[in-house]
Formats: sequence, structure tokens, C-alpha cells
Amino acid sequence: MNILVCITHVPDTTSRISFTDNNTKFDTSGVQFIIGPYDDYALARAVELKEANGGEVTVLNVGPADTEPTIRKALAIGADKAIRVNAEPVDSFYVAQQIAAVIKNGNYDLILMGRESIDFNGGMVHGMVGELLNLPAFSPVMKLEIEGDTAKMSREIEGGKEFIEAKLPFIAGCQEPIAEWKIPNMRGIMSARKKPLEVIEPTDSVKNTEVSSYELPPAKGDVKMISKDNVEELVKLLKEEAKVL
Amino acid sequence: MSQEELIAVRKSQKQDLFESPDFYAIDDLLEEEHKLVRSSLRDFVKKEISPSIEGWAQNNHFPSEIVKKFGEVGAFGPTVPEEYGGGGLDYISYGLIMQEIERGDSGMRSTASVQGSLVMYPIYKYGTEEQKRKFLPALANGDMLGCFGLTEPDHGSNPGGMVTNFKDKGDHYLLNGAKMWISNAPEADIAVVWAKNEEGRIHGLIVERGMEGFSTPTTHGKWSLRASCTGELVFDNVKVPKENLLPGRSGLGAPLSCLDSARYGIAWGALGAAMDCYDSAKRYALERKQFGKPIGSFQLVQKKLAEMLTEITKGQLVNWRLGKLMNEGKATTAQISLAKRNNVEVALNIAREARQIHGGMGITGEYPIMRHMANLESVVTYEGTHDIHLLILGMDITGIPAFE
Ligand SMILES: Cc1cc2nc3c(=O)[nH]c(=O)nc-3n(C[C@H](O)[C@H](O)[C@H](O)COP(=O)(O)OP(=O)(O)OC[C@H]3O[C@@H](n4cnc5c(N)ncnc54)[C@H](O)[C@@H]3O)c2cc1C
Repeated sequence: MNILVCITHVPDTTSRISFTDNNTKFDTSGVQFIIGPYDDYALARAVELKEANGGEVTVLNVGPADTEPTIRKALAIGADKAIRVNAEPVDSFYVAQQIAAVIKNGNYDLILMGRESIDFNGGMVHGMVGELLNLPAFSPVMKLEIEGDTAKMSREIEGGKEFIEAKLPFIAGCQEPIAEWKIPNMRGIMSARKKPLEVIEPTDSVKNTEVSSYELPPAKGDVKMISKDNVEELVKLLKEEAKVL
Repeated sequence: MSQEELIAVRKSQKQDLFESPDFYAIDDLLEEEHKLVRSSLRDFVKKEISPSIEGWAQNNHFPSEIVKKFGEVGAFGPTVPEEYGGGGLDYISYGLIMQEIERGDSGMRSTASVQGSLVMYPIYKYGTEEQKRKFLPALANGDMLGCFGLTEPDHGSNPGGMVTNFKDKGDHYLLNGAKMWISNAPEADIAVVWAKNEEGRIHGLIVERGMEGFSTPTTHGKWSLRASCTGELVFDNVKVPKENLLPGRSGLGAPLSCLDSARYGIAWGALGAAMDCYDSAKRYALERKQFGKPIGSFQLVQKKLAEMLTEITKGQLVNWRLGKLMNEGKATTAQISLAKRNNVEVALNIAREARQIHGGMGITGEYPIMRHMANLESVVTYEGTHDIHLLILGMDITGIPAFE
């Protein structure tokens, strides 16, 4: 089974976020980058499926050269080879077009990615890739089992759970508990050195969004602690200070 | 409190938020692969060690299941070539692995250093091809735990005076004597034991659990390295097969060369413990308020933090440079000794200062400080005491040995 896992290269969840260029660009200085946490679940599940059923896992990232350490980490976790589309991932549709082009040129039975990236949290790429290739797309997939050419999945939906069966190939946006994150081991890191990382140029694609500016959410207000047996005080504060009662 | 309760308490506590300081942008000197090694071990420690270490240490419990997990992540013998199951990594990576594990706990790092530097290293360096094939892969993946027996009840700083000995009985050796203070001993499957032959020359022998006359009584009552197991090795007419002798090297230089490799790891490890103390103290100084402001706003607290970061930064540079020399095969015993002595002393001082910053909280298991501080009292003693390392450097400077 050939699995393609699309990974994002995103700021670590603990990063301090700031902007440059008149608040139109994210300031990357001093920021640690990681594999998108949801993509990391997708990758972990892909590696498990490969270990159980054989086949090959390819990781794909749309990004400039500085994403390569993140791609190497995915190889150390257990992917067999990697493709980097040498382009800035400007928006969801642009990235979806690049991914679709790679899928057309490959022979993948299953395409996994995170339910959303944690930088811009669009959560749209899986659906767009499905649309571009006329393939089914599911998200957020929380369980994924493969039997022959059929997959059994479960998905969280408003107020319940959905159980789906689908024929391969398709696209899935993954989230926990589909698998547990894998920590690369030293042997994996060593072997990642020798695994192929192919760099390809982007296909001509439309870019139809432009960021006019970013803004940080308002700073958190002060917290007042009230002892647990002082309900009266709590009610008073909610009425008089917070004015929510 | 039962052990389960203690572990539950610890698990419910705040997450392990550790971040390492990098004041001189030493990360720029590292390769991407080094950073990946470090982040993997950091994630491993946060997942497998931090949630439970306080309970293990308080209960004097060695978590034997950690051995297999260390094997899986590749913490054992990372510099041993891949064909024997090792990681094939360089010395900077090895150092970073030790730093991250000891950041979690010195006892956990001791388990890993003994296995890698004191058991796998001599077998790899001085063993026969059969010995390497038989033991190294199993030690690397954690199916087997090893220990290293050099110190004796009456010979600590002076291992050359050892009395443990073996006699050639034709088809086997007969081993007699005792070793003391041996990390991993109670749980070990094999021991690399240093003993004298009939001519008084020191050789390494691999003693296997189950050999008649070989026992490993546990050392009780430690206030330090409580999550690591320590014991004696007792040899009462143990018949050791001849093929278990390490033929590659004899004399005191053989065990001392293993100590070089382990001490190198300790230099990094101790700095890991120091970083954890600093990181915790920095966080605490900004969170804890007295006299209406964070204690970090008082000059005397800032002095402590400033001195901690200064010493950590110097230690990081020493480690990085020493790692480069190790990679080139140029590091001398005296250079390694300097790093071990300096970084352990730095770590001990930082632990003590950090403990003060934490006030009363600093003596509890809510914070890692007291555990690091107590652990480091072993680290400053084993693998050559602080004073013995001063004498090693003193001899290097003057050419005059002052040991005797
Ligand atoms: C927790 C723990 C784990 C250990 N694990 C191992 C292990 O796995 N394998 C192993 O072989 N050993 C191990 N050791 C033993 C350790 O290496 C010894 O404790 C150490 O070498 C010191 O020996 P000693 O305890 O006999 O102290 P001593 O040698 O008796 O030293 C006592 C004091 O005298 C000083 N001193 C001694 N000689 C001189 C001198 N010539 N000049 C100036 N001062 C001197 C020392 O610096 C020290 O302050 C371990 C020890 C501990 C505490």
C-alpha cells in the first residue's frame, strides 16, 4: 500500500507569536518549527499501517528549503521517502493545487493529512484536494482501519459519531486518537540521512488570497481567585464587576 | 502514601514545561541532526520519565521497564556502530542524549551511561567478534541490562589496588572477590568485571547472571540516585568460561578508558540537571510573589539566576568543544576530567541556589530540585571524585602525580 502523508511545518505550540512588515508577515525569528500536530497523528497512523500491511509511506510538504529539518524528522519517524514542493504555502487553495498535482503524478492508495494546520487553522486542504481530484475526502478521521481495498473510519460529528466505510483511494484529515505520536529513535534518525528527499518545482497555480494584516487576540485579563466556600462573593463580583448576571 | 498514590499525584501535577537555555546561540553550532536527537530525547523524557520520576525516587524504585524503552529510543550505546545494534551517532549526539536524560533524572542517566559507556563500550573495544555479536545487540535494544564492576569495598579512588582476582584452571577461570557501589547490579544480566590474574595484571571478564557463586545484593538506604538500583557483586569461586575474557586490552588503562567515555557523558548529563534546576527556578521566580511582586524582581534572586545562566553557558561551550575533540579522537583524559569535574560542581551549586529560590517548596517533590541536588551528590563522587579530578588536572599541569 502506498500512502502519501501531507505535513505542515508550523511554529511550536509554545511559540510567542509576533508580526513584521506592518503586521502582514509572521515573525519567524527565534521560533521553533515542528510537524503540525494533527499531521503527526496522520504520519503515525501511516507508519503503523505500513508496518501492518507493507508498502511505502511518502511525506509531502509544500514549503521552502527551511522546512527540510521537519521533513527529515518525518523520515526519522518512519516515512520511506519525501517530496518537497519548492514554494511558499500561501493559502489553502494554492497548497491543495500543489498536493493534487503530486497525487496525479504518483500512485497512492491513501492520502492522509491533519484535520487542520495549527498555524492558520484553515482545515480546508483535504476537501479541496478531494474536489480537485474527484476523490472522497473525510475529516476529522479519528479511527482508520484498512481491510483489503476498503477502509473503516470513525468521525466525530455534531452531537455524535459517524462510522464510514470507503473504498481506496481517498483523502482523510486526521486527528487523535487515530494513533499515538511517534518519537523518532536514534536508528530512525540515522536511517533518515539516507532516505531520498526529492525537491520539485510548483505547478502554475492561482493565488487568490492576500493578507492585509494580522492582529493578536486581546491580552488575558487578571484572574481573581475566590475561595470555594465564598459563593456570595462570587455572585457579587459577577453582578457588580463582570456585569454578567 | 503508596507508590501508586504518589505517581498519581505527580501525574496530576502540571506538565513538564522544560526548555533549555541557549544564551550564546550554541544551537547554531549544532547540526540539524543533533537538534533532532535532542528534541526526540526531550520528548521521550517528558513522556516516559517526568510523569513518574518523583514517585520512583521517593519510593526508591528502579523502573525496570525503562530499560526496554531506553533500548527502543536508542539511548544505549548510541556511538556503537549500527552493525552491532548501536546508533552509529557522533559524540555530540551522545552528549545531548545524556543531557536530556539527566535533565529528567541523574539515576536514569546512570542506567544509560553504565550500559552504553561501561558495558557496551569495553565489549565493543576490547571484546572478541563472538562476544560483540552475542551481547551488543541485546544490550543495545534493552533485552539485556549490564553493569560495570571496578570499585571494591577497600578500593574506590584507588582501583589499581583491587583484590578481586581470577586463576587459570585450564578450561575456565576461577573468580573470587567483591565489588561495591555497582550501578544496575541488582537487575543486571551481565557484569563487566575488572579483576587481577595470577601475575597481578587487570583484565575484564564478562560474568553472567546464573553463574554459580555469583550474587548481587542490593545496597539499601541511599538518599541519592534513588530511582537507580545499586548493589554489590559477590564472586565466590565463580567459574567463568575462558571465552568470557575481554582479550583486547589489559592493565588499569582498560577500565580507565571506559571511564573516559562515561565521564564525557556525565559532563553533558550534569549540565542537563543544572538546566532543569535553572528552568524551574526561573519560572518560579516569575510566578511566586512576595512583598507584592514576583521574587524575580529582587536583586538577590536575579543574582542567583544570572550566575546560574553564566555557568550553564560556559559549561555548554566546554561540552560542545569537547564533543568536537571526541569526534576527532583527540580528547585527552585530562580534558574530559576537567569537563566532568567542572560541570558537576556547577550543577550542584545551581541545584543549591535553585532550591533556595523555591523556598520551602524547594524541599518537596512538587519540584525536581531536591531530587537533582541529592542525585548530584553521587555524580560528584562516582567516576572519580571531584578531588581526584583536581589531581588528574594537577598532574597534567605539573607532570607530577599527587595521588599517593
Ligand atoms: C551511587 C553510586 C553508584 C556507583 N556506581 C559505580 C559503578 O557502577 N561501578 C563502579 O565500579 N563504581 C561505582 N561507584 C563507585 C564510585 O566510583 C566510588 O564511590 C568513587 O570512586 C569513590 O570511591 P570511594 O567511595 O571508595 O571513596 P574513597 O576513595 O574512599 O574517597 C573518600 C574521599 O577521599 C578522597 N581521596 C581519596 N584518595 C585521595 C587522594 N589520593 N588525594 C586526595 N583525596 C583523596 C576522595 O576524593 C573522597 O573525598 C558508584 C558510587 C555511587 C555512590
